[in-house]
Amino acid sequence: MAILSQDEAQAILKKVLSFSTADECEVTLNGETGGNVRSARNSISTSGAVDNVSLVVESRFGKRSGVATCNEFDDATLRRCVQRAEEIARLAPESPEYMPLLGPQQYSAAPQAFAKSTAGITPDYRAQQVGASMKICDEKKLSSAAFLNDEAGFVAKRNSKGLEAYQQLTNLEFSITVRTPDGTGSGYATADYNDSSKFDAAALTRTAADKAAMSRNAKALEPGKYTVILEPAALVANSDASLLQALMGALDARNADEGRSFLSKKGGGNKKGEKLFDERVTIYSDPTMPEVATLTFSGDGRPQKKTTWIEKGVVKNLYTSRFWAQKAGIPDLPRPSGWVMEGGTQSLQDMIKGTAKGILVTRLWYIRPVDPQTLLYTGLTRDGTFYIENGKIKHPVKNFRFNESPIIMLNNLEAIGKPVRVGGNLVPPLKIRDFTFTSLSDAV
Amino acid sequence: MKRREFVGLTGLATGALFLPSIPGLASSPVDPARLLEAVDPAIKKRLADAALNAAKSAGASYADVRIGRYLNQSIFTREKQVQNIASGESYGAGIRVIANGTWGFAATNTVTEAGMAKAAQLAVQIAKANAKVQKDQVKLAPQKGYGEVSWKTPIEKNSFEVPVKEKVDLLLAANAKALDNGASFVNSALFQINEQKYFASTDGSYIDQDIHRIWPTLGVTAIDRTTGKFRTREGLSAPMGLGYEYLTPKAADRINGPAGTGLVGYRNSYDMLEDAALAAKQAKEKLTAKSVVPGKYDLVLDPNHLGLTIHESIGHATELDRVLGYEANYAGTSFATLEWKAKNAPYGSKLVNIVADKTQPGSLGAVGYDDEGVKTGQWDIIKEGKLVDYQKTRDQAHIVNQDHSDGCSYSQSWQDVQFQRMANISLQPGKEKLSVDEMISKVDKGIYIAGRGSFSIDQQRYNSQFGGTVFYAIEKGKIAGMLEDVAYQTNTVEFWNSCAAICDQSDYRLFGSFFDGKGQPSQVSAVSHGSSTTRFNGVNVINTARKIG
Repeated sequence: MAILSQDEAQAILKKVLSFSTADECEVTLNGETGGNVRSARNSISTSGAVDNVSLVVESRFGKRSGVATCNEFDDATLRRCVQRAEEIARLAPESPEYMPLLGPQQYSAAPQAFAKSTAGITPDYRAQQVGASMKICDEKKLSSAAFLNDEAGFVAKRNSKGLEAYQQLTNLEFSITVRTPDGTGSGYATADYNDSSKFDAAALTRTAADKAAMSRNAKALEPGKYTVILEPAALVANSDASLLQALMGALDARNADEGRSFLSKKGGGNKKGEKLFDERVTIYSDPTMPEVATLTFSGDGRPQKKTTWIEKGVVKNLYTSRFWAQKAGIPDLPRPSGWVMEGGTQSLQDMIKGTAKGILVTRLWYIRPVDPQTLLYTGLTRDGTFYIENGKIKHPVKNFRFNESPIIMLNNLEAIGKPVRVGGNLVPPLKIRDFTFTSLSDAV
Repeated sequence: MKRREFVGLTGLATGALFLPSIPGLASSPVDPARLLEAVDPAIKKRLADAALNAAKSAGASYADVRIGRYLNQSIFTREKQVQNIASGESYGAGIRVIANGTWGFAATNTVTEAGMAKAAQLAVQIAKANAKVQKDQVKLAPQKGYGEVSWKTPIEKNSFEVPVKEKVDLLLAANAKALDNGASFVNSALFQINEQKYFASTDGSYIDQDIHRIWPTLGVTAIDRTTGKFRTREGLSAPMGLGYEYLTPKAADRINGPAGTGLVGYRNSYDMLEDAALAAKQAKEKLTAKSVVPGKYDLVLDPNHLGLTIHESIGHATELDRVLGYEANYAGTSFATLEWKAKNAPYGSKLVNIVADKTQPGSLGAVGYDDEGVKTGQWDIIKEGKLVDYQKTRDQAHIVNQDHSDGCSYSQSWQDVQFQRMANISLQPGKEKLSVDEMISKVDKGIYIAGRGSFSIDQQRYNSQFGGTVFYAIEKGKIAGMLEDVAYQTNTVEFWNSCAAICDQSDYRLFGSFFDGKGQPSQVSAVSHGSSTTRFNGVNVINTARKIG
């Protein structure tokens, strides 16, 4: 039952709304089907499949709201679910930040957000892809750990004010860490797609295997400020916090207006409109962009449209709740679910060639906030860190801990490469001067 | 919102909260009355048998079933208003099998005999597909069937039976205390979890468990509008494996912090109002606190801070799956390999005794049986500074020549596969009588750190950096004012070998991690870490202040 068509989903939602006696009612269906395989030591360790659909009912009486859910779809259950939501609403405190439900909205189409190839993945397909990956590592006498996850899902929404939304989504994500048997080398590769026909586990495995072999017997460099080339997977992570996601996560209007953000101004107000980054920094979101297509509506039903957040280093827009947008008299922009950083045409190899002295970073890890005032974060390099001299990779280096702020980092920009998709975003490799490494790590 | 974004937030005080996509927070919301409805074990046994029989018929040599009802209620407030009340339920079943020597897993929310059988058949299909590329066959440590047994967290007051209004009133009262004491902003939240788990396996176990956890938390922000500076102070509660009784303060559970700090520690009950008031005062004080001079200091670490350091540098480092490379693609491996252990090198000083315990009352990790039907217990991890054991599940025991599991299997929900998760990992208190003030009186140049702050550790658990919530200079045996911009960077083995003194049992408390992430797909688990205030000599402290123009 997990993937309902638009007609099937809206038929259920219409029926649910017909049971409502509330002032306002909004109903949402979420469905997901998918599976995963995880491997370690060149052998499959765990795998699984999931299949789930749930209904959420939000009922409102004046400024009071109540929510209930169910995952069975007979009339009696649906009716009981609506009644429960209404009972809770009657008991709830009035919300001082109440906003009426949205009426009909226009949503863009994002056909590339869903791919039949991904929705049709079978356990055999997953086993074959991971098997091909493990075979390469067996042949090279390397040890791999990998994760393949695919999902197909849908979201359908309808409310008593006439709002109607429906979209299907698919996603496939693969990541692999390859290690040398002596434990002195490690390499990493990752990719994600809407369309699984673009996926090639073997190619990604070879990239990680090459890095593992190259990174054996790393030399220690003194911590300090270095020119670095950060690969896209070092800027955005599929499975951890990251420097660029931290920046995007901080573009919240309310926090800025309240004085608890790097975007807050002394004496009040926020820094929207100010140039805070190198003029080559432009970041926007566009849920219809084929390479990173995603949901075209937000959780509260607002349309997700193409929005520029940072343009030529200037903060152009901040996202906000509907309440705060109305209170502050600012554009009503939902937080984006994916984004694009504009880049250049240089490949990673071109960027390395143009570097007299620097460090190539494959991946950053365990990134955590240190100081929200300056957006300072700490974390470590991992799975392939190399010294560059005169345009060539000279040798692997031991991993470093960094303490750095994406604000400082994006002011020390030397070069931007060609963007690639990471974690549903388009992210270019960046060359940064004076990146701050504060200590060495013995970890491989 | 994804969990990785949630953990990337700078804490409750940094802005509006979102519900992360983790069990207990992002399951389907339901009204509180539903949360008290339990499913009859007899019905669950019939459903479980349907799945076990279907799995065996399809060719499974082993199967287990977890029918789970995972309940949560989360209340979020800021200043004088409620932001969100989410009551959630997630109900379904996960079926794990071994077929052709390989694991397979499938989950379903169609909890009928037919739905269970279908999921069991899919699990076997997945196992057989994977077996074609599998090299090592799964070996399970033997496990006797327990028959029909049950276990419940020994709580005094089920938090789900407490009216929502009472909880909201408490949070808003805490907020009012913070605002009255100078807070610019305050957020508070109450997380409550109830796992109603039914486990059955082809070994002959039918285990019904009812597990409760609670976490009241707050974050206070103070802002100096003229300078634009803002500082936060998080609450000093711990998430606990307790009921609502945790929120009724008892004098016996109150532990005074060092003289000159005004700090209070809490053991098995928490005074949220008292903590909120102090948090506001300390957040304001942080605005003008002296910025630390980087260098080597003797650190005196409060249990509410040290727990996180134990968690990262010992808890995760001694998980056998991590040691063996099963987590290499996510959080990494561990320096504490079997080869490293064989060298018998000191992990810490002789004062360091670390115990794993899945039974400790009040702890987050306390259960009667783990998620593969193993009765829980306790065992030594580090004894007098030496690593003596790891944390293991049934399919790992044979690797270290052990004939039984440690009972470390856990899944965050019915729809996720169970795997090795951390037990409560605790530093044993000092055997000699020693108070915090006595400990500080012997420190010439040091820093006292309380509360949870920034934390980061490398993928083999060597290099870590930890911040805190509040920092105090120690000069010539006395607290000498608040410090700011403090973080310490350490190497795990050097750090634990610098352990110079541990306060006695009277100072012992639990710290907790409510949302500990591991695995792919990432799962959370909850785990406690007990300790008394502990001294570490000659630790490298850095200054984290920066200018951004």
